[in-house]
Amino acid sequence: MTTVHAASTATTPRTEHLRRESLDAVPRISGERASIITAFYKANLGKYSPPMMRARAFYELCDTKVLYLGDGELIVGERGPRPKEVPTYPELTCHSVEDLRILDSRPKTRYKVAADVIAQYERDIIPYWHGRSLRDVMMAELPAEWHDAYDAGCFTEFMEQRAPGHTVADGKLYHKGMLGFKADIAEAIAALDFEHDAEALDKREQLRAMSLACDAVMRYAERYADLAAVEALTTDDDERRMELLKIAAVCRHVPANPPRNFHEALQTYWFAHLAVITELNGWDAFSPGHLDQHLAPFYDAGLADGSLMREEARELLECFFIKFNNHTAPPKVGVTAAESGTYTDFANINLAGLLRDGRDGSNEVTHLLLEVIDDFHLLQPSSNMQVSRLTPDAVLKHALRVIRNGYGFPSLFNADVVVQEQLRQGKSLEDAREGGCSGCVEVGAFGKEAYILTGYFNLMKMLELALHDGFDVRTGKFIGARTGDPAQFHTFENLFTAFEAQVRHVLDIKVRGNQLIERLYATRMPHTFLSVITDDCIVRGKDYNAGGARYNNTFIQAVGIGSVTDSFSALKELVFETGERSLKQFVAALDANFHHEEVLRQRLVHKTHKYGNDDPYADALMTRTFNMLFDAIDGRPNIKGGAYRLEMLPTTCHVYFGEVCLASADGRGSGLPLSEGISPVQGADRHGPTAVLQSAARMDHVKTGGTLLNMKFSPTLLAGEHGIDNLHALVRGYFKLGGHHMQFNVVTAEQLREAKADPSAHRDLIVRVAGYSDYFCDLSEALQDEIIARTEHGEF
Amino acid sequence: MSAAVVDAPVCSTATAVPSGLIFNVQRFSVHDGPGVRTTIFMKGCPLACSWCHNPESQELAPTFVRLQHRCMRCGRCSDDELALPTVVNKTECDVDLCPTGALQLVGERIDAARLVERALRDRTFFDESGGGVTISGGEPLVQAPFVTDVLRRLRGAGIHTALDTCGFAPWENLRDAAAVADLVLYDLKLMDPVRHEAATGASNERILFNLTALCAWHANVHIRVPVIPGVNADDANIDATARFLRSLNRALPVNLLPYHPSAEPKFARLGKHYTLHGTVSPSTAQLEAIVARFAAHDLVATIGGLSS
Repeated sequence: MTTVHAASTATTPRTEHLRRESLDAVPRISGERASIITAFYKANLGKYSPPMMRARAFYELCDTKVLYLGDGELIVGERGPRPKEVPTYPELTCHSVEDLRILDSRPKTRYKVAADVIAQYERDIIPYWHGRSLRDVMMAELPAEWHDAYDAGCFTEFMEQRAPGHTVADGKLYHKGMLGFKADIAEAIAALDFEHDAEALDKREQLRAMSLACDAVMRYAERYADLAAVEALTTDDDERRMELLKIAAVCRHVPANPPRNFHEALQTYWFAHLAVITELNGWDAFSPGHLDQHLAPFYDAGLADGSLMREEARELLECFFIKFNNHTAPPKVGVTAAESGTYTDFANINLAGLLRDGRDGSNEVTHLLLEVIDDFHLLQPSSNMQVSRLTPDAVLKHALRVIRNGYGFPSLFNADVVVQEQLRQGKSLEDAREGGCSGCVEVGAFGKEAYILTGYFNLMKMLELALHDGFDVRTGKFIGARTGDPAQFHTFENLFTAFEAQVRHVLDIKVRGNQLIERLYATRMPHTFLSVITDDCIVRGKDYNAGGARYNNTFIQAVGIGSVTDSFSALKELVFETGERSLKQFVAALDANFHHEEVLRQRLVHKTHKYGNDDPYADALMTRTFNMLFDAIDGRPNIKGGAYRLEMLPTTCHVYFGEVCLASADGRGSGLPLSEGISPVQGADRHGPTAVLQSAARMDHVKTGGTLLNMKFSPTLLAGEHGIDNLHALVRGYFKLGGHHMQFNVVTAEQLREAKADPSAHRDLIVRVAGYSDYFCDLSEALQDEIIARTEHGEF
Repeated sequence: MSAAVVDAPVCSTATAVPSGLIFNVQRFSVHDGPGVRTTIFMKGCPLACSWCHNPESQELAPTFVRLQHRCMRCGRCSDDELALPTVVNKTECDVDLCPTGALQLVGERIDAARLVERALRDRTFFDESGGGVTISGGEPLVQAPFVTDVLRRLRGAGIHTALDTCGFAPWENLRDAAAVADLVLYDLKLMDPVRHEAATGASNERILFNLTALCAWHANVHIRVPVIPGVNADDANIDATARFLRSLNRALPVNLLPYHPSAEPKFARLGKHYTLHGTVSPSTAQLEAIVARFAAHDLVATIGGLSS
């Protein structure tokens, strides 16, 4: 494994020390935030409107939380009291004592929880939030049909755990300080029309709260300036004294004012990042967006006037990366011991891409960032390259050389298609170009959009419901539509029609639930700081969670298209074409998990048409399923003036969805993982990577808000410049065919098996999971096996 | 894309050849010429090299094979049948009904238009990499008229074409096929005719004659030397190979293809004796020494099938 994780090469002893410290820090649950928030709510509930309540609570946090200023740090600020000390958000979701105990003791992705934190939860936090947390309210409000479908594993719901998120900064942070935002807010308040606008009062409350959120962030920075200044007085180290004085000066200037140099630009973003993730626990934290584009002017100016050296810029970037890695994801509530979760919080940096005017967006900072990504290989931040037709080959090949080293970073996106996807959703061309991807593969207009993920949708379960007249065998309940006895399906059309009816029926349930959930967030849980930095919340006087953003898309993530396609392919051929089996017999075999039917199962695995082989028979069923899903989802109105959209990504949900499904007609045994993203069923693709790409490109990616394609390559295939050229051709070819995203694992199945057998020797092995990279040894056994089973493309 | 290909202009002098016998169309082939390629493997070979990687390709007829490791003993084949090293008395229908794909028929009859359509599926990737289509085997020239027809059609579609040949074919066949190949990958196994015959079943006289004739006019010929320890990796053979190549007055690039023992089970499956049992792949040091020997003759040899 030595080639896969060589030692990092930090630029300086400082960053090597900070990196080591970050890697060695053990994730812990901090009770600080829960304590401050709970005390604040106890004292103030009922005094203020919801936005003002949130902003005041946020101010309280910024004003009183413990500050951390680590030895040698240049970029400052931690959400918790120390690196990897993770706060909780009991007003959203309140952990139970059992949750905390499991987190403290589970073997994988463990979070240490001190006894006094558990005691504090038991004594103060849980009693106050029980029945009051948004999740408790939500669960009480959601109807039985929603709970039944949710329990059956038809879908998941992102916002039952964390706030609406998936949000990314655009460049305005670097041009406008908090004082500037406050001036804009004051102007918006002055322009309110109390005579004609019935919502004027609500808007003023919202705007005042947003203004207070700016004050909160400035207060936090000011406290850091004071702390650094005090430490400068007490340190014996002259060099460190100068650094501390510089930190103090930086924090006195930003984020109140626009940054003047590279260092201040990074610190500006970091304060904004902390503010977003401290106020609320939104999905995927917060992301810097086109960091290379944002930083290039500061970098160029610094180099030009001699105030910045390349190595100095790189050291600052390294300090910046370590900050992300210090911020372990807050753990879910309702955890189980078996569930592994992930430490990663999905912050994702975009590289290259396009400029607002359509020119190539790559620059020297792109290369600098790639160097840091390559040498640091930290879990966070994640990174991706937006590859357009204009992206120079040398830039893409630099990324491919980093990818070859095997950490799964960066993933690659088709910037031209990303723009088209957004144009289709009705965004302006410039906003689309300034957008990109965040989280795993999701597309958004950075700084101008609330693009909310609502949950994964289990396609295989819909087929299962169609084969059982709406009955869910596992939970013993009628969940779906009554589409009739499958014995009466005489044609494939009958079957597909029943499938579509189940999809629409369950989607209706999900969307009804989701509208309710989003309304709860809109009215009870505004995100005041995020609203400040998201256009056009100020102009509209509306919160990010209430439709204030310029664009509001709500995404549903379909999972298992490969498995469902292959199942359809088998049923179509063996039941409706050759008539080898009746559908009734087939369903009986699936219900019995192929008991005494291994010959049938083998045939299904080896002898039917499979998606991922450039086989028109299977691929036509994939596109048909995809188009039906698109028609069923796209354009449904959400509560924020936007629409529902379709995405094709699984994160790790293909494992969970597989667990709740019976055996399927593609030969998959009961409980085993579904296919992930738009990748073929694990091992079903037998004609090499180009055939996979051709099949995947038959989907009309422009109609989605993101698709995810995983590929696994053996290291030998990518050896030398010839290997880079081959990979380059695959990427360019797939993107020419219209693909949205691709990502690579460059590690052999054998190496992964070794790591699974001997985790202690492979603790630092990072693999691409689905839209993000994670430590292989932290993954659940089912997910480890699934990744091992993915087809490895070797050389021919 | 494929529709456009089918409609692409085809040279009117093409000899209509109804169909050919192939055994594989390998996509993302990256060692048989420049860029990302699709390699068509033709069935049938006049030689029987002891190291052959595709012994199932030698016979000019579909060949039944059974992959024992895949067999689930479903009962369709009797225990007696399974005990035999080779497949007897099986039909295409048996292949269809084999649940695991253990029983396979190696060899598929296909007409030129359909084959070209299949080969062009990855055209986008050819374009992005400067790749194209390679015809290999077996020995493609066993089905020379068909192969020439296919190459001509590919050429007509604007595709970079390569012919991978052992050179053991009537000159006219090689000439006609090479005329529509942008690149000829030409195997040179052994210089001594007697040793050549012992290792491959045929003398090399025609092969050397054809190469000489080919080099008189074809602009792009790469020599491929399989490096088989104990067969042709000795200094004497390498020197003789280099001297012969120098005599052609062209500095032909040389690709060294290191021996790999992976074909041994295939020989067993076909009931053939594998004479190289126990032979190990040449070491990097051995290969580099051979590169150096070629260099001493002012010839550039590279390890692996990459085209420079």
